[in-house]
Amino acid sequence: MDSPVDNRKFKSINRRELLKLAPVVALGAFAIPKLQKPLLKTGLGFSDWASSKLFRSGHLAPTFADSELTPFSKFPINDYDVDDPQVDLDRWTLTVSGAVQKPGEYTLAQIQALPKVRQNTRHVCVEGWDVIGRFGGVRLSDFLKMIGADTTARFVTVECADDYYESLDMATAMHPQSLLCYEMYDEPLTRQHGAPLRLTLPTKIGYKQAKYLMDLKVTHVLERAGYWEDQGYSDFYGL
Amino acid sequence: MSTRAIAIENVKTGEVTEAVYEHPFAVRLCHWVNVVSLFVLVGSGLQIFRAFPSFGAKIPQKDLLHWPKAFALGGWLGGALHWHLTFMWIYMATGLLYLGYQIFSGNYKQVLFMPRDVPGVWPMVRHYFFFGPKPPVKEAYNPLQKHAYTSVIGLGVLSVLTGLAVWKPVQFSWLAWMMGGFHLARLWHFLVMWAILAFVFGHLVMVILHGWNNFVSMLTGWKKDPEYLSK
Repeated sequence: MDSPVDNRKFKSINRRELLKLAPVVALGAFAIPKLQKPLLKTGLGFSDWASSKLFRSGHLAPTFADSELTPFSKFPINDYDVDDPQVDLDRWTLTVSGAVQKPGEYTLAQIQALPKVRQNTRHVCVEGWDVIGRFGGVRLSDFLKMIGADTTARFVTVECADDYYESLDMATAMHPQSLLCYEMYDEPLTRQHGAPLRLTLPTKIGYKQAKYLMDLKVTHVLERAGYWEDQGYSDFYGL
Repeated sequence: MSTRAIAIENVKTGEVTEAVYEHPFAVRLCHWVNVVSLFVLVGSGLQIFRAFPSFGAKIPQKDLLHWPKAFALGGWLGGALHWHLTFMWIYMATGLLYLGYQIFSGNYKQVLFMPRDVPGVWPMVRHYFFFGPKPPVKEAYNPLQKHAYTSVIGLGVLSVLTGLAVWKPVQFSWLAWMMGGFHLARLWHFLVMWAILAFVFGHLVMVILHGWNNFVSMLTGWKKDPEYLSK
């Protein structure tokens, strides 16, 4: 043991040690209303950045046996507006624009002429529930090739018949399991599930998987990330 | 013991007392940052849980509990996710700093539960819960404390792993698989939280029982009149 120190010196040592903890008080910035929002936005932005780094384009989402499927009747129908936005299925086309060589209107038959893919994958909702569904459609990457999309562009955005809108980073759009989906459970999409065309993205959260697609755009600049993103959810939300 | 001890002389009375430097700065910093992080993560986590308070199917949904909003943070699911996805990084960074410091400084020897601590656990349990005699205090942490503080680090690691499985069930599909699938990972994440809260409860009871000098030591590092130095 060292030689004795007097109690006043001991007090000053203690005070100094206590002051060293000042950085903890800095966390109090989160309690200041003016700083709270920008700080949390930075945190969410960092999470999105980390998510995009964690994303591996060659890594497949788990797939499941038919016996593991959630029954079709128990596949939830989530909308932000209406179950059925009254799409005129006979005259429907997908309007393509942006950084593509062949913009214009594409019919369902043109899309269905691409190689068909069927997959049993998990659909995860931001709320916390999940279901395993059977989805059929064409690879979004095949479609992007068909329309001559500039795949060095950063985003693919979609707009929907119910005024919903969404965006995808190009890496996710090019993922082999990202589908333009026109079938669920081997039947044509029902109106409630997004007829005639929706997105199926097993590497993304549910709100990214827009239904009733009307417009598709390839773009370098993101004008708006998505309906729920504008309400405060993550822009990237990869699984 | 490697803990630094000093004698303090009261200049007025000449009385000499002792003090030891129990908690290095890095440990104290991590401790208090973690208090804030846990508060935020539990509060926002429970708000996230309110969005789907079930571990079953969405259809038909059977709610497990209606957690009161007063004990939740973030206002709504999106707001709670902001808090959760921000503080999880602070929580993980604090955990890495703590583990790194403990390992490289050798300070872990003070608190890591080792096989030689096993025989001392039962006497402490008997003392605390069954009015048994108080075992002699020989070091900063008794065997039961070491067990608790070592286990809770394990729970912290599990909270991160289960959280990663819930947040990234595709990129970390192997993690989710090890936990019995995405669905169960969410349940484990929830249960690990309650286990950590149980630790916090026990910890707070002990802090209250052990008095002021013990509490101050987590603020300044120095503990006055520690039991284990007295003759």
